[in-house]
Amino acid sequence: MKSGFLKRLSLSVFGAVLAGSLLTGAANSQELIVYTAVEPEELSGFAKAFEADYPGIKIKWVRDSTGIMTAKLLAEGKNTKADIVWGLAATSLLLLKDAGILEPYAPKGVEKLNKLFVDGDNPPSWVGQRAWIASICVNTAEAKAKNLPIPSSWADLTKPVYKGYIVMPNPASSGTGYLDVSSWIQMWGEDKAWKFMDGLHENIGIYTHSGSKPCKMAGKGEFPIGVSFAYKGAQLKAKGAPVLTVAPSEGVGWELESFGLVKGAKNAAAAKKLADWSVTRETNVIYNEAYAVVAYPGVAKPVKFFPPDIGKKMIKNDFLWAAKNRKRILAEWTKRYDSKSAPKKK
Amino acid sequence: MSAADIPGATGLEPPGSPALRRLRALKAESWIMLAGILAIFAALLAFLALPLYALLKKSVEDDKGAFVGLINFQEYFASAGLVTSIGNSLTIAFLTMVISCTLAFTFAYGLTRTCMPFKRMFRALATIPILAPSLLPAISLIYLFGNQGVIKGLLFGESIYGPIGIMIAMVFYIFPHVMMIMVTALSTTDARLYEAADALGTRPMRVFFTITIPGAIYGIVSAMVVAFTLTITDFGVPKVIGGQYNVLATDIYKQVVGQQNFSMGAVVGLVLLIPAVFSFLIDRHVQKKQVALLSARAVPFHPKPHKMRDTGLLIFCILMSVFLIGILGMAAYASFVTFWPYDLSLSLVNYDFDRVDPNGWSSFYNSLKMAGFTAVIGVTIIFLGAYMVEKGQNFPKLRGLFHMLAIVPMAVPGLVLGLAYVFFFSRPENPLSVFYSTMAILVVCTIVHFYTVSHLTMLTALKQIDKEFESVSSSLKVPFYRTMFRVHVPICLPAISEVMMYLFVNAMTTVSAVVFLYSPDTKLAAITVLNLDDVGDTAEAAAMSMVIVATSVTVRVAHGLLMRGMNARHSAWRQR
Repeated sequence: MKSGFLKRLSLSVFGAVLAGSLLTGAANSQELIVYTAVEPEELSGFAKAFEADYPGIKIKWVRDSTGIMTAKLLAEGKNTKADIVWGLAATSLLLLKDAGILEPYAPKGVEKLNKLFVDGDNPPSWVGQRAWIASICVNTAEAKAKNLPIPSSWADLTKPVYKGYIVMPNPASSGTGYLDVSSWIQMWGEDKAWKFMDGLHENIGIYTHSGSKPCKMAGKGEFPIGVSFAYKGAQLKAKGAPVLTVAPSEGVGWELESFGLVKGAKNAAAAKKLADWSVTRETNVIYNEAYAVVAYPGVAKPVKFFPPDIGKKMIKNDFLWAAKNRKRILAEWTKRYDSKSAPKKK
Repeated sequence: MSAADIPGATGLEPPGSPALRRLRALKAESWIMLAGILAIFAALLAFLALPLYALLKKSVEDDKGAFVGLINFQEYFASAGLVTSIGNSLTIAFLTMVISCTLAFTFAYGLTRTCMPFKRMFRALATIPILAPSLLPAISLIYLFGNQGVIKGLLFGESIYGPIGIMIAMVFYIFPHVMMIMVTALSTTDARLYEAADALGTRPMRVFFTITIPGAIYGIVSAMVVAFTLTITDFGVPKVIGGQYNVLATDIYKQVVGQQNFSMGAVVGLVLLIPAVFSFLIDRHVQKKQVALLSARAVPFHPKPHKMRDTGLLIFCILMSVFLIGILGMAAYASFVTFWPYDLSLSLVNYDFDRVDPNGWSSFYNSLKMAGFTAVIGVTIIFLGAYMVEKGQNFPKLRGLFHMLAIVPMAVPGLVLGLAYVFFFSRPENPLSVFYSTMAILVVCTIVHFYTVSHLTMLTALKQIDKEFESVSSSLKVPFYRTMFRVHVPICLPAISEVMMYLFVNAMTTVSAVVFLYSPDTKLAAITVLNLDDVGDTAEAAAMSMVIVATSVTVRVAHGLLMRGMNARHSAWRQR
């Protein structure tokens, strides 16, 4: 197949057809390419703050959802254009570490961070920045109109009154969805957790492919209750949507937005500067503007519209366990709930 | 393909062997033809076959890249959801094919074979869906029939999230694709057949079934094949509105994006490739039976007025247009609503893309650039390719092989093609990896992704030109390329311009093929739509879709004006 002749031929055809102008690209050396899954509306703020501290460096964001970003990085492997992965789920960074894509590096001051938030290896391959925490978004206007009580626990969600009114992310397509499922199992053990999900499934309107969508759907009243994360609910409320964010009483799952350096990065020095910047107290204060729980101890202040004391409800989350058991749990989940084809009538 | 198949690349054959003698007898123009076929063939090989091979290889590897044989397949076929997904995919694709082809044929019949008024307007309206990303009809249906939908009562309690939603959105999305082929098939016919039937007093029904349908059958089958595979391979629609109704395309998405399980994604992709084989077999079978309709002596067909038929089809076309405009109109309206459904005041707040996405507006300019390159480069390659398949004189095997390759892209889901590109082009040892993460790879991927429909359209157009043109020019010792430029290109100008527009607008709207291939500098508008919808910013997604639609409409109108001037000069011969 790959005879030299064909290779040359295809190359020359290709070269002739596509003029050099098409080859956009060789990145400016000042430009730091950062792969991220941070919510898009926050990115320009972070870039401005960082560029103010390091005027020589310009951040170029490549943003996608957690799943796509992880898949993209795994597919690109060592050929990736990324200099640093920043604001991606810790479980995703575990996969990247496994695939040998990450360059271990201890940012200046990393020792001041909460130990639970940093990779156990020394130097660490990934460093957590802040936690996003599972929550239930309830549309108060729709709940009132439909006479729905406001749920206060996970168990409440299995009550027949909510039939067809709940959306949650499909754990097979969304990291947030898996974070919910894994937290239920970690909290209650397999049997009780699956029994709970059996009940929950009866009430689910649809499963979505992303973690923030259920909350946004709740905000628009498309489905009054969305299993999502707290940041999204608080943000929607701030924008004026009739959304109440509930942290269920049994405890809530959480995941870390984290960063890790890429092996063989073109702009390794600049990437290290971003890493150093990311663990400072000042930066953690910025994290706290939108997220209630951050890696730097003693920084976090309550965030408006977040459920009070949500930090205390965070479960003891074992990332390694969650990563190791992911395949098995998703297979079981898919078998139980995803192959039921008929959409439920209300 | 090995080096031995390439004439002149090997000196193994003894001088004077029959093959070599045949080669020596080739005239200079045949060499040009051979070089052309080989060049395009090599390009398709490098940008379609080899990436697909890389995908195939991935399907028999584990996450670490070690060979594991068929374990992935075993695992997949043992999983519970598979049979349901395959069944769902086939059901949806079949029903959508039947519905859309019936509608599109009737519509195209009205446009080409009746004297109803406003034909030009209807035709323009019917092509609107092609201007929108496939996510748009799904988004719009949620605003129309969702739980907060304006006319959800029409569903009588059925949920729009599921097969109903997928089907309605798919019919909207593939309608222009199918109609375009139907119109091409129905518009070129020989009026003398109808005159003869008329003179013999044949009843209209009989005329329809013995002249009209057989004359258009190649197009009809092509249209059905296209409808079926477009439906089964689209992932945008089921992703947005499929609810719990799983189909193969969303399964791939879940495997790759949700679980980063590339090997399994490759497996599902290969399962989805099966329809390609069937499409190819059906296509070849019908194609063999096709004879040229437009002989050198053909007379253009002009319908005569017929009150009942014309009125009936006019009403049908009006209803169809209402459906199409309704879907688009709802998305347009929703994009201006400040916060659905609680603040219905109109504003432009959803169009402030940079607020919700750092690459918001810049992605739009990237799309313009990408679509422009795709249209110009694509149409050149596709026309030459179709010309060589249909009108080439020598090398029938090579041409057949090329045609086979050209059919494949239709059944390769965008996600799978994109993934195959990643596997193939991201390898540093591949000399073509310099194109990875450039605008060029997006252009190439898009051309390949939309190759088949363009190729079939071009082929249908070329097929209707009598082979006598070649015989005459060759007996006059005119080289083929001169005949091509003087006869085929002008006659095919309508098809060429259609294909250019088709490529442009599809490049503007494609999502799945390029979602793994874009880089910071080359993010596209349609990907922004996907991202926005994915995080639940539905109104902003609708707004970006509208920007894409508006762009394509503008380009189309400009192009239409240009073509009208050109047509007046080049197509005078079509009038009697």
